[in-house]
Amino acid sequence: MKNWKKHDIYFAILLSLTLGTAPRLCAQKPVAFLNVSYDPTRELYREINAAFAAYWERKTGAIVTISQSHGGSGKQARAVLDGLEADVVTLALAYDINEIAWRGKLLAVDWQARLPYGSAPYTSTIVLLVRKGNPKRIRDWDDLVRPGITVITANPKTSGGARWNYLAAWGYALSRWGSESAAQDFVRRLYRNVPVLDVGARAATTTFVERGIGDVLITWENEALLAVKELGPAKVEILTPSVSILAEPPVAVVDKVAKKHGTDAVARAYLEFLYTDRGQEIAARNFYRPRSEQLQNKYTRQFPKISLFTVDNVFGGWTKAQAKHFADGGIFDKIYQPGR
Amino acid sequence: MSGVHTQSGRVSLAITESRAIRLGLIGIAVLFLGLFTVLPLVVVFVGALRAGVRIYLSSLRNPDALSALRLSITVALIVVPLNLLFGVAAAWAVAKFEFRGKRILTTIIDIPLAISPVIGGMAFMLLFGAQGWFGSWLRERDISIAFAVPGIVIVTIFVTLPFIARQLIPLMREQGNEEEETAVILGASGWQTFVRVTLPNIRWALLYGLILCNARAIGEFGAVSVISGHIRGVTNTLPLHVEELYNEYNSAAAFAVASLLSLLAVLTLVLQKFVGLHQSGERRSRKAGPEGSES
Amino acid sequence: MATALRVNMAVGANRSRAKDTPRRVLPGYGLTLGFTVLYLGFFVLIPLSTIFVKAAGLGWQGFWTTVTAERVVAAYRLSFLSAFYAALANTMFGFLVAWVLVRYSFPARRVADAIIDLPFALPTAVAGIAFTALYAENGWLGSRLIPFGVRVAYTQLGIVAVLTFVGLPFVVRTVQPVLENLESEIEEVASSLGAGRWAAFTRVLLPSIWPALLTGFTLAFARAIGEYGSVLFIAGNMPMRTEIAPLLVMAKLDQFDFEGAAAISAGMLIVSFALLLAVNALEGIGRRQEP
Repeated sequence: MKNWKKHDIYFAILLSLTLGTAPRLCAQKPVAFLNVSYDPTRELYREINAAFAAYWERKTGAIVTISQSHGGSGKQARAVLDGLEADVVTLALAYDINEIAWRGKLLAVDWQARLPYGSAPYTSTIVLLVRKGNPKRIRDWDDLVRPGITVITANPKTSGGARWNYLAAWGYALSRWGSESAAQDFVRRLYRNVPVLDVGARAATTTFVERGIGDVLITWENEALLAVKELGPAKVEILTPSVSILAEPPVAVVDKVAKKHGTDAVARAYLEFLYTDRGQEIAARNFYRPRSEQLQNKYTRQFPKISLFTVDNVFGGWTKAQAKHFADGGIFDKIYQPGR
Repeated sequence: MSGVHTQSGRVSLAITESRAIRLGLIGIAVLFLGLFTVLPLVVVFVGALRAGVRIYLSSLRNPDALSALRLSITVALIVVPLNLLFGVAAAWAVAKFEFRGKRILTTIIDIPLAISPVIGGMAFMLLFGAQGWFGSWLRERDISIAFAVPGIVIVTIFVTLPFIARQLIPLMREQGNEEEETAVILGASGWQTFVRVTLPNIRWALLYGLILCNARAIGEFGAVSVISGHIRGVTNTLPLHVEELYNEYNSAAAFAVASLLSLLAVLTLVLQKFVGLHQSGERRSRKAGPEGSES
Repeated sequence: MATALRVNMAVGANRSRAKDTPRRVLPGYGLTLGFTVLYLGFFVLIPLSTIFVKAAGLGWQGFWTTVTAERVVAAYRLSFLSAFYAALANTMFGFLVAWVLVRYSFPARRVADAIIDLPFALPTAVAGIAFTALYAENGWLGSRLIPFGVRVAYTQLGIVAVLTFVGLPFVVRTVQPVLENLESEIEEVASSLGAGRWAAFTRVLLPSIWPALLTGFTLAFARAIGEYGSVLFIAGNMPMRTEIAPLLVMAKLDQFDFEGAAAISAGMLIVSFALLLAVNALEGIGRRQEP
């Protein structure tokens, strides 16, 4: 030590800084947790998190910080499986959370029964977004297979919304023509009009809206309403199709991670907050259909009545649907021939 | 003996083009450079200020943007010194000694430059992700590398490790061993030799490499994107934050943060030019040699 | 060199001694080489080997099927072609820029010289959004090109444009020093022997410059193949049409198809290594050509 020059000291300081900051950066702050969510919910959870933090502080005096990560639902689920330490997951469909439960064993398999309405505090549906004035005169699902129409939708392999889109189209075809083969043909022709598959619902909206690609966007109702709000009704307009699917994005506490971080209680309270009047109001304001009847009435103009079918009714549940359509080698792989 | 230099502006008429051709060529060159370098910069700043100065400033003061800035700086502060250490060690080993496999070593050092950053990021994902080679080992000890800051640091080290080494190796090779050997014979220790003899000769190249390494460490996108987890305010570096803002219809804020990065880039260029001037002066005097002979 | 000889003799380290007992005057061999090897092993060799191991997990058959799938081949083709065009553009214009910088004087020459390094200093994401904004349908340049039926953003043209940016410094910076070191006498002799300017250029100058040109081209090419950040924004990510290989790898990663991603990456890595070796060889030729 006695021969240490200035540079040695600098190096030692640098080294200790490095070793000192690294653990500090990885460690959890007290009462902080991570909400891993799907793509379109950025604005929703920004508001929810602020409201919940205020509520929690009033209730317990503790300050809570909630971090967010957003991306395609499937992609997010697999990130959690791969080590992304989510205390709470708020994804686009139950199947993705089931993957986390079964494959990663990170939460109990009966997670869905823990909260009301199958752990889905709000719902949405799938609608169509077109350019203002609807120059291509798109009226309903069957216009999407017209030659020359460019359709934008996200990648079902990574995005939850994209899977709802696909099933909505399939369900429409089933209701219209009655047979599975007709439905498959319809969906194949639809995807032939799709030039690009973005990784998530928000990315698809960006492609449609910012990059100006496509004549019609198939997306979440909440995403479409947000697009109209952000860009103005002078640019885009919403088309409510004749029939659509009831989308129920669920939420869950990731037991193993929350227990490890000690955020079990606050995470559960956070999800329960989504069902309170305050939480439901925020959801409705952000274009998600609330469960509360009272709010449904209040926002009835924003959420028109659509004839809706469910995954369970038409497809026998998500597990069956996923295996049949979206798994490797499933129907989607067969029908989506990019560039053809 | 240098070629036809433009500093003097004087060129023998027999060996240069006609004025018309010269002007034409200059015009094309300037147009090309303007199109590909100046215009994009301008677009960034125009886009950033389009919504007004107040929004510009508030975008930069936004807590997530500040976290991203903090993260980027932290990463650079860790990565650059480590790669500096590596660069110096590698250059010393390669320039001062003879051993087999030297060629292979320098080629390996160049690898991060030649491969896609996405592949680099994925490789570390395969190492440190929960399903990776070290996945369960890390999980047991509750150490997070993937989807956390250490992962970002490691991946950035990979991407930027050639820069300083590549500046030093050719220079130190060119400079030869005489001065160091003399010092050692005269009784200096290895460390003293390095600090007193080698360092002064390489300091400008060192600085140049440092500046470049720093710029790349802050600006790296692809590799970090793979391993980051994109957790706002926690694992988003500045470039990732730009992408996030872009995905939120917030192009004004995206360009605002981008303008910050562009300013840093311009600063980098200015510093590089400054260092470069010293470098070429030094190389010329060094080449002249202690006895005025060319080596 | 005379000094070295004296020092060697003084120390008695006879360099012509058998190679297996080298006497090293300078200390630090073990330390620096050991550290270097460890560092490279940890940060480069081991991580990259995971890719090959993962790809190998598919078996030869599986690997081959993955890598020859239509979408993958299209991505490879697009990557290599776009990188090739961009590197070509950079070689032509880069050479021109280097020539102009070295041989002519004009106002703002210093600025031009400095700004060439911008692609090194500017983050790729920033370049991506800037080029997209420029060349989108409503962008400054995009809107002026649309009337001519030229679409840049979300087409291969956009990819080539952005890759040209990314590889811009390589050719310029490799050719510049060579041009600077050219002896003017050769050209003067050629001129006095009656060679016209063009003949002097092709017969006299080009032969000394081509290794540097080729090196610059190869470097720009290698860089462009792997580029991701800037292309992400301007490409349409349309499979078979505007999906470059790194984007495809990312898409596979998004689906957590690690094997597929590893297989595609392994293919790219092999090409990258080949290019690296080519650059090494070219630089060797260039060095031998030096006076």
